[in-house]
Amino acid sequence: MTEFNPINWKTHPPYSHPPYRSTEKRGPQKKLLPLPQKLSELTGPVFGEDMLGEFDSDLTRNARVNGEPIGERIIVVGKLLDESGNAIPNALLEVWQANACGRYIHKVDQHDAPLDPNFTGCGRVMTDANGEYRFMTIKPGAYPWGNHENAWRPAHIHFSVFGTNFLQRLVTQMYFPGDPLMPLDPIFNGLPDENGKRRLISDYAHDITTPEYALGYRFNIVVNGPKETPFETKEA
Amino acid sequence: MSQFEQSPSQTIGPFFHNALIQMTDGQNVLVNEKTAGQKIIITGLVLDGDGQPVEDSMVEIWQADANGYFNHPADPNQAKSDPEFMGHGRSQAVDAGRFSFTTVKPGIIAGEATPYINLRVFARGMLIHAISRIYFSDETTNKSDAVLNSVPAERRDTLVAKLDPAELIPTYRLDLNMQGENETVFFNP
Ligand SMILES: [Fe+2]
Repeated sequence: MTEFNPINWKTHPPYSHPPYRSTEKRGPQKKLLPLPQKLSELTGPVFGEDMLGEFDSDLTRNARVNGEPIGERIIVVGKLLDESGNAIPNALLEVWQANACGRYIHKVDQHDAPLDPNFTGCGRVMTDANGEYRFMTIKPGAYPWGNHENAWRPAHIHFSVFGTNFLQRLVTQMYFPGDPLMPLDPIFNGLPDENGKRRLISDYAHDITTPEYALGYRFNIVVNGPKETPFETKEA
Repeated sequence: MSQFEQSPSQTIGPFFHNALIQMTDGQNVLVNEKTAGQKIIITGLVLDGDGQPVEDSMVEIWQADANGYFNHPADPNQAKSDPEFMGHGRSQAVDAGRFSFTTVKPGIIAGEATPYINLRVFARGMLIHAISRIYFSDETTNKSDAVLNSVPAERRDTLVAKLDPAELIPTYRLDLNMQGENETVFFNP
């Protein structure tokens, strides 16, 4: 059985990041123990297209009550890859986000900004045979949070990704290019390296932008790949 | 050196429920009436470093079916796996930090010593999820498990769900202590 690369802690955030205050009481503090990769780590759920609803990948349509949601329509596309560059087909992506005003439909969101009756900000999509996905949504707004005085989250879309096995599971956030709030955000700054941060910022994609309709953004996602074994000489 | 580098994790935040829980109802029930095996309940609390419930957390499990098979192409026995059992479960912990799964007792996976379930916990305040396991208190084969034996003896109990004899459906209880003296053992596979 092919083993997979472990979590790369040079690019993933640590459990404790004091500027994000809630990390102090929640993440494990003791050293993580090693776990051999067996069948239970190298398998994972297989999802089918049949679990998706017709408009799951169009957040501008999947919650309409009396009209279109308000805000800037965007199309988000990307490719799900492993570290060797292999495309990962038939993978489930779940997304959630605030509306154009920076408000979640969620009951604990108390931000004093309007809800949109035609937008829940929830969607799902599966990657195609080439590992590519595409969904339509409304560009989310920035929103305040209680971490510190005048704290604002940069605009972002939450992603939940299932790869092909237990090790490839990823929950992350997609950011937008040029957002001035990113350098001020303790969650974004929990990332230990600049290249890792760069990988969470989508690119504006003019090839995806649809005339008279919506702007395009591209966000590729990379999960753990198979361990590359050193070349072995074949025995005669 | 890999060609591409992993996309880093970010916190699940406090607002995941509408998308991850409500959009697909009932993900904490892994069984239907046709699923083979002993139905069990696994329940516990997610607790923070002060012993307070972590209500905005989510627990996911991944396990073999009652015969120890996975419905996944990497399992050479995939063809024998139970078509009525996917093996993936997800539970929110909104009710005072309590998660709960209705599933089947997994069988022993080929080459392994004792049954177990893989687990992940996500929460607001965690920039990346944490990985752990659930073993069962009524399995005498636990003493032969290589992973359990690799854990310092005084911490092993944090991985073993206790069978509650008072319940009609076999119910196993295991709290996840994210920090503190009894911090659950978390792994780095
Ligand atoms: Fe958010």
